[in-house]
Amino acid sequence: MDSVKHKLIKFRNSKAFTPLLALIFLFIFNFFYIDGFFQIEIKDGRLFGYLIDILNRGAPLMIIAIGMTLVIATEGIDLSVGAVVAIAGAVAASLIGGEMQITPAGEIVYETVTTVPVAVLAALVVAAVFGMWNGFLVSSLKIPAIVATLILMVAGRGVAQLITKGQIITIYYEPYFVIGQGYLLGIPVAIFIVAAVLLIVGLLMRKTALGLFIESIGSNDVASRYIGIKEKQIKFIVYIFSAICAAIAGLIITSNVKAADANNAGLWMELDAILSVVMGGNSLQGGKFSIVSSVIGALVVQTLTTTVYAAGITPEVNLVIKGFVVLIIVILKSDIFKEKLNLLVQRGDRV
Amino acid sequence: MAAAEPIIKMAKIEKSFPGVKALQQVDFELAAGEIHGLMGENGAGKSTLIKVLTGVYKADSGQIFLDGRPIRIKSPEHAQKIGISTVYQEVNLCPNLSVAENIFIGREPIKNGRIDWKKIKNEAETVLDKFDLKIDVDRKLSFYSVAVQQMVAIARALIISAKVIILDEPTASLDTDETNKLFEVMRQLKSEGIAIIYITHFLNNVYEITDRITILRNGELIDTCLTESLPRIELISKMIGKDLEQIKEMENYSKNIGENNKVLLKAEGLASKGNIEAFDLELKEGEVLGLAGLLGAGRTEMVELLFGLNKADQGRIIIDGKEVKLNSPKDAVDYKIALCPENRKEAGLIGNLSVRENIILALQVTRGWFRKLSQARQLEIAQKYIDLINIKTPDTEQLVKNLSGGNQQKVVLARWLAINPDLLILDEPTKGIDIGTKADIQKLVLELASGEGMSVVFISSEIEEVTRISQRVVVLCDRAKIAELTGSEINQKEIMYRIAGGEA
Ligand SMILES: Nc1ncnc2c1ncn2[C@@H]1O[C@H](COP(=O)(O)OP(=O)(O)OP(=O)(O)O)[C@@H](O)[C@H]1O
Ligand SMILES: [Mg+2]
Repeated sequence: MDSVKHKLIKFRNSKAFTPLLALIFLFIFNFFYIDGFFQIEIKDGRLFGYLIDILNRGAPLMIIAIGMTLVIATEGIDLSVGAVVAIAGAVAASLIGGEMQITPAGEIVYETVTTVPVAVLAALVVAAVFGMWNGFLVSSLKIPAIVATLILMVAGRGVAQLITKGQIITIYYEPYFVIGQGYLLGIPVAIFIVAAVLLIVGLLMRKTALGLFIESIGSNDVASRYIGIKEKQIKFIVYIFSAICAAIAGLIITSNVKAADANNAGLWMELDAILSVVMGGNSLQGGKFSIVSSVIGALVVQTLTTTVYAAGITPEVNLVIKGFVVLIIVILKSDIFKEKLNLLVQRGDRV
Repeated sequence: MAAAEPIIKMAKIEKSFPGVKALQQVDFELAAGEIHGLMGENGAGKSTLIKVLTGVYKADSGQIFLDGRPIRIKSPEHAQKIGISTVYQEVNLCPNLSVAENIFIGREPIKNGRIDWKKIKNEAETVLDKFDLKIDVDRKLSFYSVAVQQMVAIARALIISAKVIILDEPTASLDTDETNKLFEVMRQLKSEGIAIIYITHFLNNVYEITDRITILRNGELIDTCLTESLPRIELISKMIGKDLEQIKEMENYSKNIGENNKVLLKAEGLASKGNIEAFDLELKEGEVLGLAGLLGAGRTEMVELLFGLNKADQGRIIIDGKEVKLNSPKDAVDYKIALCPENRKEAGLIGNLSVRENIILALQVTRGWFRKLSQARQLEIAQKYIDLINIKTPDTEQLVKNLSGGNQQKVVLARWLAINPDLLILDEPTKGIDIGTKADIQKLVLELASGEGMSVVFISSEIEEVTRISQRVVVLCDRAKIAELTGSEINQKEIMYRIAGGEA
């Protein structure tokens, strides 16, 4: 009995509590307002339904949120992820782009410049280089992260446009579509990618001491230096990592829409990612973090978007609603509210 | 004095934190014009009582009266407004602002709708003058040592016209001279009818300055007595609830004479411009070397060179006969050198991590990030040190920021003991630590040296402590090494004489 209560209290204080609550709340709302929200059908051996859709469409955001979590845990922030999405998409698309040709025999053939692995690798490497740039500014030049990454946020879109030569590059090469549209065992490939990133990062953070060092730096970087933690090195790595996550998201997005649009790919995604991380209960002041909570946070953001569209509300209202949800979450997380809540609970105990 | 109507009366105060009853049914009275000492072991509840009084925490139950009328103090600002001015144990200043700004922040004088910078500067200088502190008030606070920062925090509290002034361990990093100046100021305030609450672990100080003493133990009120009618022995036994023989025994330990021991680290002509002038130093295995000197004498600067926190621009460091470069703390840690820093809040604690994580961090660093200590091993290590140096915490998972000041200090010490270093540098390790534990730590340091052959460098503003445990003492003055004392030269008088600039 006592241990159950203890566990409940522990859960209430865990990072995952608020986003899970928000998610459940949204699901209940959708259950009543959207027909067949919980239905999952199998068509041609593939799963379909709102829930699958949320997972599938939310994949890029979830991945970016994972990278963002680590950056925020070091008391940093990465505003450039949206731009890196565009850059990675542009690199991949321009390498793979290819053309559609019709042979004299009347057959349609897709020509590509490079193979898929090469394009994917190139996109990731380019993103990593930009991540190094961010990491260098923040860790070596000690420029505040919000300013340092703002540079790439602005300039990055320009870079993406240079790569696409100002055009929207359409992708014709079918094998590339697997990333964003393919299915494996009836489940969208993108979901597998999220799971893989989550697993790798999760293992890296919890099975090695990297997670502890990141939390230590985020909580007190001077003291961390006194302990001998290589603070610069870790900050540097974290920004590279965030850029790579953004690049993976960029690949999924370009594959999904079959095109690379330097102006709009990943637009404002940095904000959604930060929102996801904060909603996941992670403090912008750095320190303790949970990537699982951030992923749940990303799901909340995505569910919100899907709900608004499914309920037929105009996109403009979507932004207002998002703002409203942020407000509620921030209030729920505030100390004053928690204190009041605890008082209520205590009173309840006495009665 | 006790008969007069108290300015402040706290009745049946209760305050609990998850897993800790910090205050239980505590009564407290403060009369005008008295200096009231608040004593108790680390974690006894002293700071919590102050924080309840000044509105940082809300009491779970109990009442506070101001001039006989019940009052609810909502916040520290509110407390300040009604005339209670406080220096908290964890000094909260802004290192990036100037000294003068720090003194006036939040209540800048306004003239013609603008901040009156001239007045700020003048008044800041005047108040610091009372402490004979001649520093440039326009300079960034972070430029100055912890002790100066401490004085600035005190000055900040004194400059408000208050009825009640609360000082939570203000003298922890001050030396005798500065403490005396502070006492002069306190006596002056007292004669003006201001009431002062003074928290400290130094018995001498308490007996010198206080009129009454209130003793807390484990969150409970033990007694309030007139200072003059409370013998020291009794005070101690009230504080720790142990019998006195044990304490006395702790204080009588012998030093190992380390003359023939192997040299572990040798510094030759080591210097860093503007920080410390060239010095030679030999650290031997199994020996405790004390560093003595006034504030700003260069003690911290000296050890910073040995820990790679600062780069030497001259000279060399030789460890085990080989010349080494220490460019970062990581390099030093790799050579099994540990430094327990003076400024625990900024350079020591990782506040948002648990006691366990704080203790194992340095050990984990020596293993590298890939070979993570298992959870079970971490718990075992943490528990070992919690028991060894008596860290008061509900469990290993408590966040370090929730521990009392003295217990936080113990956690930082535990972190470095856990790597079992060859050279252990302790910069004010017993700062804010209660007398029982202080004796424990001194004993532990001696044991580590004589038993495990560890080389220890010990810095303390308390000369008495330095003389008690060191086999050799290096005296510093004006950022230079001026003398090295051994054997019978190690006594308070000799050290004071050297510091004052005397020749042998
Ligand atoms: N914010 C907090 N959360 C949880 N526990 C706390 C908190 N603040 C204090 N405590 C606990 O309350 C007890 C009393 O702490 P307090 O800081 O009042 O001790 P203290 O007498 O000032 O000790 P010291 O001499 O070490 O400064 C300790 O056990 C401490 O761990
Ligand atoms: Mg305290």
